Amino acid sequence: MSRFSPGDKVRVLADFARPGHVRTPWYCRGKTGVVERVCGEFRNPETLAYAKDGLPSLPLYRVRFAQRALWPDYRGGADDAVEIEIYEPWLTPGED
Amino acid sequence: MSENTQNRRHHDMGGLPAGPVEGPIDGGDHEPDLWEKRVDAMMVCLGNSARDGKRLITIDQIRRAIEDLPPDAYDTMSYYARWVHALSTILAERGVFTPDELAAKLAEVEARAAPEAGPEARG
Repeated sequence: MSRFSPGDKVRVLADFARPGHVRTPWYCRGKTGVVERVCGEFRNPETLAYAKDGLPSLPLYRVRFAQRALWPDYRGGADDAVEIEIYEPWLTPGED
Repeated sequence: MSENTQNRRHHDMGGLPAGPVEGPIDGGDHEPDLWEKRVDAMMVCLGNSARDGKRLITIDQIRRAIEDLPPDAYDTMSYYARWVHALSTILAERGVFTPDELAAKLAEVEARAAPEAGPEARG
């Protein structure tokens, strides 16, 4: 079951202390975006990377971030965005 | 909103300043050397092989092994050299061979190849 739905504001954890292989780019951590879609559930690549079984499977979301939210000095259009696929444990509810 | 300034690993460089870029970017396109083709083939074969009911090599493990390289090595090793590092690391972890056996085989191949120029010596 997925915790978030399309349209929900979500914030990426900034200090998710997990050593080794992670699947959430550094530049979006601590940033707030909007769930664009629920991609489904997939085995966890952060444990698959260590030859584990990757279970339980985790909901994966495509999250849309405004470029201006990611880069303080972004000079492109206000509607420019980037979408990043992020697993549920990395996300918390975003502020409204 | 808190700013994340920690826990960035070396490979995770998206968004960092590129620094000065002079002239056209060298994308590294070239006709693969024989050893590179062999590494590629080995990766495909191992990816379709299993041990103890699990795939021997998966993309997640390969990424992890490459990301674990020290920054200097990450920056200077070629694409397929990183693959070789990942393959040998993972196969040793899975018990396919021991590091000692790998070292012995490398020494044997090195001795056999010594009279002729190795790949590094080619122009």
